[in-house]
Amino acid sequence: MDSANSDARPARTPLRSTADTGLKIVIVGGFGVGKTTMVRSISEIRPLSTEETMTRAGVGIDDAGGVADKSTTTVAFDFGRITLNERMVLYLFGAPGQERFWFLWDRLFSGTLGAVVLVDTRRLADSWYAIDRLEYHKMPFIVARNNFEGAPVHPLDHVRDALSLSDDVPLIDCDARRRDSCKAVLIALVNHLYALSSAAALESTR
Amino acid sequence: MSPPPKPRSLDDEDPDRLYTVTGGRSRTDETSIDLVTLIVTESDATPGMQSEYVKIIEMCGRPMAVAEISADLRLPVSVVKILLCDLLDTGQVTARHPTSAPAKAQLPDPKTLKQVLVGLRKL
Repeated sequence: MDSANSDARPARTPLRSTADTGLKIVIVGGFGVGKTTMVRSISEIRPLSTEETMTRAGVGIDDAGGVADKSTTTVAFDFGRITLNERMVLYLFGAPGQERFWFLWDRLFSGTLGAVVLVDTRRLADSWYAIDRLEYHKMPFIVARNNFEGAPVHPLDHVRDALSLSDDVPLIDCDARRRDSCKAVLIALVNHLYALSSAAALESTR
Repeated sequence: MSPPPKPRSLDDEDPDRLYTVTGGRSRTDETSIDLVTLIVTESDATPGMQSEYVKIIEMCGRPMAVAEISADLRLPVSVVKILLCDLLDTGQVTARHPTSAPAKAQLPDPKTLKQVLVGLRKL
């Protein structure tokens, strides 16, 4: 559906020579929730994919039977790019919410501006873990419900209750296939970050 | 190593290859290099240089983020960081670090966020 459009995108253009500040936003969600679709909708380049490997000492269950038992785990993630101005480039990373990914959070995503938790109301439970981990890492986030199957059935209030989401975390609807909708999600996140950051700055001057 | 890297198959790949690419090292000062650190080539590749270095030097004529280099080389981020450390040491590339990114568990500063908002609204 959406992939046909993205293939028409021109080959990847290089960044401007004046680019000097890379920024990160992470979109977290379970399989099939629309992370890659969202990255594809808003990115100026066709989404790229890369991997990180992680050595986990002592992960191998104490079983000498596994001869070639590797001590490394690989996590793959997609990403796209948005040039913001002459100097700033925003990278959007679509990250799998599964457990092993969070071992890599500090290494890959420390310094991230903030996160979007993309949820599918048919599988809300997938989002609990991601929300829990973001809170643990003190990473500010908003939650976006992806309505790719037509009109939403439940009011957002019900989703907030089901996710035990506190009132100060923004919760919005979106359609990850639509560029303007994805843009609105990112703006909602950065507005939220701005409010938090301004409040913190004010606090520190008191 | 003779076989070219197979796309998206690191799980099946001989770990020896990654070992060879990095000269067997696993730890350097790579922690200073971020996924979105922008790398810029400063001088041409030298004859006899390992092919991964040559590729990085060729692709960073304009600034390129570490994540993009990793995707294009089809090598894990941590391996690319080690290769970049070598090139930074010899001065063949320079790094533009994301200085305005917040430290761990700190909020980004309002000024940066304002600029991000302006950029996003223009999309």
